[in-house]
Amino acid sequence: MSQINRLPKTYDVCVIGSGAGGGMAAKVLTEGGLNVVMLEAGRQVYPDKDYKMLMWPYDLPHRGAGVGGRASENFSEFLAPNGAWQIEGEPYTSAEGANFKWFRSRIVGGRTNHWGRIALRFAPIDFQSATRDGLGDDWPITYDDVAPYYDKVESYIGVFGTKENVSSAPDGVFLPPPKPRCTEILIKKACDKLNITCIPARLAILTKAHNGRLPCHYCGQCGRGCTTASNFSSSQVLLPPAMATGKLTLITGAMAREIVVGKDGKAEAVSYIDKATRTEQRVFARAIVVAASACESSRLLLNSKSALFPDGLGNSTGNVGRYLTDSVGSDGWGEIPALEKMPPHNHDGVGGMHYYVPWWKFDRKNDFPRGYHIELWGGRDMPGVGMFDGLCHNEEGYGAQLKRRARQVYGTTVGFSGRGEMIPNADTYCELDPSKVDQWGIPVLRFHFKWTEYELRQAKDMQETFKSIIEMMGGTYKTRTRIDGQYPFGILPGGKIIHEVGTARMGADPKTSVLNGYCQTHDVKNVFVTDGAPLVTNPDKNPTLTIMALSWRASEYLLEQAKNGSL
Amino acid sequence: MTTQGITRRDVLRTLALGVAGGGVLQMIPLEAAELAHQMVHKEKTAAAGKYTPKYFTAKQYETISSLCDTIIPKDEKSAGALDAGAPEFIDLLTSENEDYQLALGGGLMWLDTRCVDQYGKVFMECAPEQRKELLDLIAFRKNAKKDSGLSHGVAFFAFLRKMTCDGYYTSKIGIADLQYIGNVTRSEWLGCPPLPE
Repeated sequence: MSQINRLPKTYDVCVIGSGAGGGMAAKVLTEGGLNVVMLEAGRQVYPDKDYKMLMWPYDLPHRGAGVGGRASENFSEFLAPNGAWQIEGEPYTSAEGANFKWFRSRIVGGRTNHWGRIALRFAPIDFQSATRDGLGDDWPITYDDVAPYYDKVESYIGVFGTKENVSSAPDGVFLPPPKPRCTEILIKKACDKLNITCIPARLAILTKAHNGRLPCHYCGQCGRGCTTASNFSSSQVLLPPAMATGKLTLITGAMAREIVVGKDGKAEAVSYIDKATRTEQRVFARAIVVAASACESSRLLLNSKSALFPDGLGNSTGNVGRYLTDSVGSDGWGEIPALEKMPPHNHDGVGGMHYYVPWWKFDRKNDFPRGYHIELWGGRDMPGVGMFDGLCHNEEGYGAQLKRRARQVYGTTVGFSGRGEMIPNADTYCELDPSKVDQWGIPVLRFHFKWTEYELRQAKDMQETFKSIIEMMGGTYKTRTRIDGQYPFGILPGGKIIHEVGTARMGADPKTSVLNGYCQTHDVKNVFVTDGAPLVTNPDKNPTLTIMALSWRASEYLLEQAKNGSL
Repeated sequence: MTTQGITRRDVLRTLALGVAGGGVLQMIPLEAAELAHQMVHKEKTAAAGKYTPKYFTAKQYETISSLCDTIIPKDEKSAGALDAGAPEFIDLLTSENEDYQLALGGGLMWLDTRCVDQYGKVFMECAPEQRKELLDLIAFRKNAKKDSGLSHGVAFFAFLRKMTCDGYYTSKIGIADLQYIGNVTRSEWLGCPPLPE
C-alpha cells in the first residue's frame, strides 16, 4: 500500500457496522439531523435476489445442504446471507482448550438478517444482580433508564407478545401474539402441571401491518429473510428510514482497521481497507460509533494504538476484551406419541416459537446463580436436510421399516433450547493474537473461554427440566448427554449461541470498565460503542433488543452532546 | 394467467410489494408464490435426461443407487429414494467434498473387498440374500462391537443412510410421503386443529 486516500468530506459521525446497534445509531442520528457515514465490511443485501423465501428444498440442487454439504455447518443455504463460523482470509484463533466459535457477518444488516427475532427485555434485577448474589458487577444504569427505550424500540420495530406480569420477563409494547401450535399446546399443558411458566413468545415479527410494513404471511421462514419485511432486520427496517433522510452515506466492502486519534486526544478519523481495491482509505468524522459486533469492535479498539493510547483506544486500564460471555446453551428433544394422532395440517406459523418458558425459578434457591429461559421447537416443520439424523442414529437399520418409522415420528418430535446466563470469569476474554494477521494485514483475535461450575450446573438443570416436560407429555426423552468431559450436560462450546457480549463493558468506575452509562468511552469522549460489547451482564434474554435500546439511548445522548458542542 | 416474460425476480418483487403496492404484476402474494414454484419446477424438468455421475464411476454409481434403493425402497404409499433423486444428490455433494469422497468412495471399496472375502464376488454380483446378510450386519452399531472388522462398514453405511434420508426427504416425493402441508403464504394463522382425545 503506497498511500492513504482521504475521503474529501468530514462527516458528523462515522458508524462502523450496519447491524442492530449500527443500524439503530444511523437511524436516530440521521433523523436527528447529523450527517452519517456508515462502514460495512460486507456487501449490500438484495432481498428479492438473496432471500429464498417460499422455495422448496428440491428447488436447489444441493437441497439446502450447500456445496459439498458445507452449508449445514452454517444453518443451511436457505438462510438469509448473513455470515459464517469461518470467513476465508479472516481467521481468528483460540487458546488451547478454549475452542471458541465466532459467527461473523459480512453483509449489510449484519446478523439481524437471520436472527431468531426473539426480543426479550432484561428485567430490573438483571441490571443489579451483583447486589443480590455478589457475583460480577452491577450496571451503572437501571431498568428505569432503559425502559423508555425498550418502549421506543418495540413500538418502532413491532414485537408480538402478551402482558403476563412475570418479574423475570418484563412486559413491553406488544402486537397480538399468534395462536399456539399443537406442539406448544401440549407443552404448555405439561408445564402447567409442573408449575413451569409457559407464555406466548415475544418475537420481532408483525402479526398486524405496522409502520408501513405488511403483516406476517405465516410461512415460518423468517430465517431465510423476508421479502415483505414482516420481520425485523436492520437492513430492511432501520437503514431505509436513515437513507430517506438523505443524510446517510453507506460504504460497503469497508473493513475498519483503526480509529485515528488526533493530538487533542479525540478521535478524528477511521482508517479502513476498501476490500475491492485492497487500498487503505481514511474517513474523517467528529464522532465515531463502533458497532461491529462485540468482539470485532474490541478488536478495532485494541488495534487503534496511538502515542496517547499505546494499548489501544479505550484500553488504558486494560479492560477491552475482558468480561466476554456467551449464553449457556443446552438442547434436548423427545418423541410424543400423542402427536401421531394429529391429522396433517399447516404447522408453519411465524418463523420461530409461538410460546416459550421464561425464567421461572427466580423465587427460590437453586444450585446455580441466575437463570435461563427455554425456547420451544418441533412438530410438522418443512422437511429438510438433517431432519432424520436423530432417527437414523437411534434406530439404524434400513428399508421399509426405516421409512415407516420416519412417517410415524414426523411431526411428533418436540425440542427445547435452554439459554442461560453466564457469569463473567477471568479465564474468558479475547485479545490480539501476537503473531497472526488477516488478509487485510489486521491483527486477529485470540479467544480464551472457560465454562465454570455455575454454567455446568445450569446446563444440568436444563436437561432435567426438558426430560420432565417430555415425560409429563407422555413422551420419551431422546437426548443423551455425558456427565463428564469438556461439554457435560450438552453445554455447547462458547460462542455457539452467538450471544457473545461484554468485551467493552460500561461501568461507573473507569478502572474496571471501558464505557460510561451512555456507551461513551471513558478515554475518548467522541467514541461510542453500541453493539453487544457494552453489556455488563448477559442475562438469559437474547441481547438484540437491549442492544437496540442502548444504541438508541446512546445516540440521543450523542445528538445532545453534538448540539451543545461538547464533542 | 399468462406467465410469458415474467421472471422469478418479478414474482418476488410482487410478493415484496404486496397487494396494495400493485407492482410489476397484478397478483396476490399467494398466486405469486405458486407461480414462483411452477417456474422453478419448469426450469428443472427442462434439463431432465439420463444422469451422468459427476464423481462416481458408472459401476460405483450403480452400487450407490442400489444401496439407496435398499435404504428407502418404494412401498405401498410412495416411490423410493431412486425416484426421488437421492443418488444424484449424493453424487453432487460427493463431487464437491473430499471427506465425502473418502467416506463413500472408500466405503464402496470396503464393501466390495468384504464381499469378495466372504462370498467370492463384488457386492453387485452377490445374490440378494448375500447382500442382505452383509447389510443386516453393517446397518447396526452393535454388530461392530461383536466383530470389530465391521466398524468401517458400519460407519460407511450410517453415512450413506443419512445422505439417502436427506436426499429423499428433501424431494417432492419424500415431502409428500410425510404429508407436510405448508410453505405457502396465508393471511391468517389458524393455529392447531382440534386435538384428538
